[in-house]
Amino acid sequence: MLQSKMDRLFNATNLFFLTVIGLVTLFPLYYVLVVSFSDPAEFIRNKATLFPKKWSLDSYRYLLSTNSFMHAMGNSAFLATVGTMLSLFVTSCLSYALSRRRLQGRRVMLLLILLTTLFNPGIIPPYLLIRDLHLINSTWSLILPVLTSGWYVLLMKGFFDSIPSSLEEAARIDGCNDIGVWWRIILPLSLPSLAAFGLFYAVAYWNTFFTALLYINDFNKQPLQVLLQNMLIDSSTASGGTAAVEITAEQQIPSETLKMAAVVIATVPILMVYPFLQKHFAKGAMVGSVKE
Amino acid sequence: MSQATERRRSIWKGVKRDRFLYLLALPGIVFFILFKYVPMWGILISFQDYSPYQGMWASPWIGFEHYIRFFSNPDFLILFRNTMAINLLSLIFFFPLPILLSVMMNELRGNKFRKTIQSIVYLPHFLSWVIIVGITFLLLSTGEGIVNQLLVAAGLNKIDFLTNPNYFWVLLTVQSIWKDAGWGTVLFLAAMAGIDPQLNEAAKMDGAGRLRQIWHITLPGIRSVVIILLILRIGHIMDVGFEQVFLMMNGAVSEVADVFDTYVYRLGIKQGQLSFSTAVGVFKSLVGLILVIGANKLAKKFGEDGVY
Repeated sequence: MLQSKMDRLFNATNLFFLTVIGLVTLFPLYYVLVVSFSDPAEFIRNKATLFPKKWSLDSYRYLLSTNSFMHAMGNSAFLATVGTMLSLFVTSCLSYALSRRRLQGRRVMLLLILLTTLFNPGIIPPYLLIRDLHLINSTWSLILPVLTSGWYVLLMKGFFDSIPSSLEEAARIDGCNDIGVWWRIILPLSLPSLAAFGLFYAVAYWNTFFTALLYINDFNKQPLQVLLQNMLIDSSTASGGTAAVEITAEQQIPSETLKMAAVVIATVPILMVYPFLQKHFAKGAMVGSVKE
Repeated sequence: MSQATERRRSIWKGVKRDRFLYLLALPGIVFFILFKYVPMWGILISFQDYSPYQGMWASPWIGFEHYIRFFSNPDFLILFRNTMAINLLSLIFFFPLPILLSVMMNELRGNKFRKTIQSIVYLPHFLSWVIIVGITFLLLSTGEGIVNQLLVAAGLNKIDFLTNPNYFWVLLTVQSIWKDAGWGTVLFLAAMAGIDPQLNEAAKMDGAGRLRQIWHITLPGIRSVVIILLILRIGHIMDVGFEQVFLMMNGAVSEVADVFDTYVYRLGIKQGQLSFSTAVGVFKSLVGLILVIGANKLAKKFGEDGVY
């Protein structure tokens, strides 16, 4: 009896704190939505309100008709789709090959890949490489250097390790070669894991900022995050590129409502894939990394 | 002699047999060689007086001069202090939170609420730093920021969160917590799901309450994951997320904000001091490598698994 009373108290306290944590996490996002849907003039007059006093879609309408914004969205969409597909392809090919125990040189390759996760040469040497490859100002400079990562290869290899080899043998008897086994047997079986890695890659490409800062000077090739930086962060110091100029043509500094509408639009693609892939997160994040 | 030939022949046979596997591995291998190992050679320019016009082959060698210059430079101490401060704050305040949070989520009985809470706390992880810094400005700026408006409404003074150096490190820590504490629960929850429920049943029979079960079963059950993550974290103690600091930095806080990566970016990319800033980067990575190997050794000494 006492036990169950304590139990109920525990559950109630736990529930309470988790609800508070949830609300604290959500509040900034909720407030972004409120500001983005507020009437710009009304927002300046009233500033913070927890609910828009006067609804308006003006900010969205304006942004979606702005060439530079749509162009940057397009650049990021290209990055996210093409980059993700290439990354999944390269990662799964290599991971599958490395998961076959009979492959000669496998241990050396795994060791060399592990080393890349422990030591990185910093910012400048990769920059010089990209420059020497003449990839400065090319969209490929945002894809090729991050095509795969040692971690993801090791994680995905761990996942492939767990697929029973009898499946591979059966396919072999039916006349498949290794590429056939990978494509027809292994990949279909790994769809949940591919979905998780695909999401991680897609989000990383969609959020590309630092490499674009390093490698892309051409305004037309800049991804969304760089334009957002110009709008959200650099706008007051006016060091932004032409994007900020075009967007700020009307007002000197883009209004808060406009900024937050941009934040919302930039977040929508992530929110759209999120529910479909959420159930696979854990799988993708932990395959092979939690030792029993 | 013939044995060596024999072995070579059998290796060749294996390669021929697995030619399709090697073909599958090829793009990935080319990637690692070109984008991971070729830049390792680039480290050599930190021992040179590198000039882009002469290239790596013709630039004069000067040994450790850049390294010595960096260590004797007052900038070094500032960068080191900032990096350590930001990381120690994160180690003390950020690191334990996902553990606490996942224990709390693990104790939830209702499945629906649990899923909802998970969806919510995972979400900020997927937002870019640009957006998170943008939201921070929206909330905290002295002009339109809602927090300062609330302070004014409550009859208090405004606080210049964004330009006061005293708040900078705290602000970074809070941002990291909001962004990633929830995401940090993924691994712990997975490890907790692997704990045998019979252990809890047995403990309950012995009269252990919920807190005792957490202390004696759940926490020991995730110990190895905690240690692995701690080792990895220690290996990154010289890293501070470049994007976060770069975006949050402004003239007023640069004294407490400058870290190794922002310094390398400014001196290397912006000012073209390629050799010197490469030396800074190499120093940073080397310390990280030594720390991770050291932490791993230590973990093994205490009978834990370690990372590798």
